[in-house]
Amino acid sequence: MYVQLLDLACGALLLTAVLVLWRRELVVIIRVFALQGAALAVLVGVLAAHENSAELWAVALGVFVLRAGVLPYLLRRALAGAGESRREASPLVNVSASLLAAAALTLLAYAVSQPLVALAPSAATQAIPVGVTVVLIGFFVLVTRRRALSQLVGFLLMDNGITAVGFLTTTSVGLVVELGVSLDVLLAVLVLQVLTTRMRETFGDTDLDELRELRD
Amino acid sequence: MSALGVVGGVVQPVLIVAGSPLLVGVMRQVRARLEGRAGAGVGQPWRDLRKLLRKERIAPRGTSEVFRFAPLVLVATTLVVAVVVPFVATESALDPVADLFAVVALLALGAVALALAGLDTGTAFGGMGASREMTILALVEPTLLVAIFALSVRVGSTNLGTIVSSTLQDPARVISPVSLLAAVALVVVIVAETGRIPVDNPSTHLELTMVHEAMVLEYAGPDLALVELASAMRLSVFLGLLANLFAPWGIATEATPLAVLIGVLALMVKVGVLGGLLAAAEVFVAKLRLFRVPELLAGSFLLALLAVAASFFLA
Repeated sequence: MYVQLLDLACGALLLTAVLVLWRRELVVIIRVFALQGAALAVLVGVLAAHENSAELWAVALGVFVLRAGVLPYLLRRALAGAGESRREASPLVNVSASLLAAAALTLLAYAVSQPLVALAPSAATQAIPVGVTVVLIGFFVLVTRRRALSQLVGFLLMDNGITAVGFLTTTSVGLVVELGVSLDVLLAVLVLQVLTTRMRETFGDTDLDELRELRD
Repeated sequence: MSALGVVGGVVQPVLIVAGSPLLVGVMRQVRARLEGRAGAGVGQPWRDLRKLLRKERIAPRGTSEVFRFAPLVLVATTLVVAVVVPFVATESALDPVADLFAVVALLALGAVALALAGLDTGTAFGGMGASREMTILALVEPTLLVAIFALSVRVGSTNLGTIVSSTLQDPARVISPVSLLAAVALVVVIVAETGRIPVDNPSTHLELTMVHEAMVLEYAGPDLALVELASAMRLSVFLGLLANLFAPWGIATEATPLAVLIGVLALMVKVGVLGGLLAAAEVFVAKLRLFRVPELLAGSFLLALLAVAASFFLA
């Protein structure tokens, strides 16, 4: 039962990462991101139930509140001010190509994480490739999208992946470390949100490709 | 050849041929009700078929045997699939044909025959429809193969009957990431392959958008009836395959009358519910632009590939 729930949570992580890449509407992307946060919380919860540790349960609750509640709320608020740019209209790599790239990235993730899995084979470590895949897909989104908000989602996707790998390898990173990382992410999102708002007020757009050249 | 295989091989084609126009009728009725119309009734597709079958056989001038044989090939391949795939009974009358690759190849053969017939008419619409159908088919086949392959990896066999009976023995397999990802991929592919919204709209004849309808535009009378019957059968076959790969409960594992009856009822309920859900979903979805279709199919291919990868690494 433990293995199945763990695998199911990992499957949900993977599916949501792919959906972020697939869909264009930013509203949908943010909703999918919230779902991924919930899947990550379930993953930590399953590990907590297996280890029977109260500390991990607290971390799971914290992950849920932050990644399925607060961060999507902040993103939605940033989007509400956007008005016109609600779609990722033209990513640098078109959607079909980026989906195929994601397939390649998955295989790459499986290939590179084999030594890690071989160190201590268990149900949890076998799911490490999933976490690495989410990191790579997040990085891909970060690199190929034009809108500031979808780049932000890419960054958060990467962070979700890193957190997942952390919990899968060590089971408990420690409450203090997790708290620090979470605060860091929250702060980054808050700063980027303010930055996005300022950008839109100044330039009327959040297309980062337009910001290559200097102006008076 | 076991007794159960023979029973399945007789019951399944009869059920599919008799039931598939009714399935189309049910889906149209669900759609009509949701759109606030009265609908033509569940039996309307059968009445249409009867009307078409009574008409005179007619073929456009200049068409060759390809045009005349295509409906027969289409019906025949679908019928073979209906005989061998485990719909009602887990054992197959022709066990070697109940293989993943053979079944997908048979279904593709029917589609290719129809596309050739569309080209054979020499009309603009026939060629356009055939070209579009081939584009979609080329993207659908790999996904279909890879998605079912993901399910066959843990069984160690590409025989559909073996896959279904192993899921039956170990129901916990259904809630695994492999099944989850493969199911999503298969649903997308089935929607594309059977020409439903958002890939194709089966109820319009609008030049710009039609795919399947453009290919069969020149057919009339009994030939058209065969094509219509075959496309209804393909829809039932795909939905039945989807239902039995992921929820095989109720399928007959022994050759007693009661078990076979339960198998028949279970298949009717499962396919009916899936068809109803598909029709209800269609009401809320708009048709996709043709150039967006590869995007949808690339996504489903990725999911199928992830399913295979997950079946190797999370096992």
